[in-house]
Amino acid sequence: MSHHLVEFKDIHFRYPDGTLALNGISFRISRGESVGIVGANGAGKSTLLMHINGYLLPASGSIVIGDLQLDKQTRQEIRKKVGFVFQNPDDQLFMPTVYDDVAFGPLNLGISPDRVADRVDEALGTVGCLKLKSKPPHHLSAGQKSSVAIATVIAMHPDILVMDEPASNLDPKSRRQLINLLKVFEHTKIVASHDLDLILDVCKRCIVIKEGRVAADGPTEAILSDNILLEENNLELPLTLQR
Amino acid sequence: MFDTEFFNLGYLDRLSYQDTLIHRIDPRIKLFSAASFIVAVISFPKYSISGLFPFFLFPILFIALGDIPVRLILKKVLVVSPFALFVGIFNPLFDSRPALEVPGFTVSCGWVSFASIMLKFTLAISTALLLIATTSFPGICFALQKLRIPKAFVAQLLFLYRYIIVLMEETMKIIRARDMRSFGKRGNEMKHFVPLISVLFIRTVDRAERVYHAMLARGFNGKIYSARSYALTMADMLFIFTSIGLILLFRVVNLSKLIGRWTTG
Repeated sequence: MSHHLVEFKDIHFRYPDGTLALNGISFRISRGESVGIVGANGAGKSTLLMHINGYLLPASGSIVIGDLQLDKQTRQEIRKKVGFVFQNPDDQLFMPTVYDDVAFGPLNLGISPDRVADRVDEALGTVGCLKLKSKPPHHLSAGQKSSVAIATVIAMHPDILVMDEPASNLDPKSRRQLINLLKVFEHTKIVASHDLDLILDVCKRCIVIKEGRVAADGPTEAILSDNILLEENNLELPLTLQR
Repeated sequence: MFDTEFFNLGYLDRLSYQDTLIHRIDPRIKLFSAASFIVAVISFPKYSISGLFPFFLFPILFIALGDIPVRLILKKVLVVSPFALFVGIFNPLFDSRPALEVPGFTVSCGWVSFASIMLKFTLAISTALLLIATTSFPGICFALQKLRIPKAFVAQLLFLYRYIIVLMEETMKIIRARDMRSFGKRGNEMKHFVPLISVLFIRTVDRAERVYHAMLARGFNGKIYSARSYALTMADMLFIFTSIGLILLFRVVNLSKLIGRWTTG
C-alpha cells in the first residue's frame, strides 16, 4: 500500500502507425495533489491522459491507480475512480438532455434512480447549471457545455479529475469561472493544457513532457518561470509572470 | 444555401420544447394515438375520399392548441409530396373506368384513387410532423422504449438526434472553408465534392471514437439506462380515450356522408 494515487513507471506506448508517443514516462502523484501537464504539440500529453483511465494500455511499464495495477481486468474499476473531462464538450455530452447526460455515469455505477436524481442536482448545482437540466446539449453555449461536461464527471464522485484542455473554447469570463470552480475541488487534479496561466492558477505542481518523456517535474511557479526550459518546449512565460 | 437549410433544421426541434396543452401530454400517449391515427387513415379502401375528411380535425386541433405555424407544416408536407405523387400518378392512366359522370365531363376511378392517396398521405405526414413538433425527441425515444422497441434501436435514435446537428455544423464548416477559397464556379465541381465527403467521413469516425471513449470513461457497459419516470395524468387519460374514440368513430361511420344527407335532406 502506498499513499500515491497515480503512479507511472517507465511507460512506453506506440501508436499502430508507428509513432512512439510515450518513451519511458515515470512520475508519482499523491492524493489531493493538483498537477499541470504541459508540453509542445505532439509531446504526448493526450496519450498520457488516455492511459490514466485505461483507454490505452501501455506497451511496457506499469501504471498503478489507487490500489489497482492497470490492466484489462481492472480498467473498469479504475474508470469509476477517474473522472475524465474531454477537450471538446460535444464529445463528452452524448445524451439527448443535460439531465440524462449527468445521470449516465451514476446509473452505470448501479445507483438507484431516485438517488441518481439527487446526485444530478448536486453536480449541476456545483457548476451552477441547475437551470439547464432539461435542455438538450445543442441548445447550450460553449461555456455552459463545458460546465455541464464537468458536472457529468463529478456526479460520479471520482477520486481523480483528469482534464484535457478544459478552457480551450471558453471566453475569458467563463474561463475565470472554470478556474475558480477547479480551485474549489479537493479531488486529485491532473490538467493538460497550453493555457499556462490556468495551470499556474490551478496547479501546485507541473510536469513538462517532451518527446514522450518527463523533461521537468516540480513546483509550478519554478517551472513556469524557467525561461530556457519553457522555450525548449515551445512554451513561453505565463502572462502573469511576464512583468 | 446550406446555411439557411442548417438553421431551418433546428426549427421543428425548438418548437417541440414549447409548453402548451398538447406539448404537456405524455409522449407515450401521443405516440400511440398518432400511430393508431395513421393506421386508421391508411386502412381506408382505395376509392374512399369523403370518409377521410373528418380526420383533418386532428391536425387542425394539434396546430391550433400546440401553437404550431401552419405554413411550416404545409411546406414540409409539400417537400415530401413527390413520393406520394409518384406512387399515385399512374392510377388515372391504368384505371380509366368512369366513377362519376357530370354532363360533358367524366372523372375516372384512377383520379379518385389518386386523390385518396394524396389525402391519406397529407394526413399521415402532417400527423407525424406534428407529433415531432409537439413532443421532444428524447420524449419520443422514451415512449418507444416503454413500448418495448429494442434498446439498441432506441439508442441509435438518441445518438442520431444528438449528433445530427454536430455533424451538420461540421459539414457547414467544411463547405464554408471551400467556398471561401473557391471563386465562382471553380472549386465547386464534383471532383472536389468526393474528397470533401471523405474528410467528413473520417472526422465522423474520429468523433465516434472519442464519444465511445467518453462513454467508457463513465462506465458504459453496453446498456443505456434511463432515469426518467413519467406518471400518466388525468389529462393524458382523457386525451387517449377521446382520440381513440374519435378515430374509431371516424373510421366506422362516414361522417361527411351523414352530414351531407342531413343538410340536403
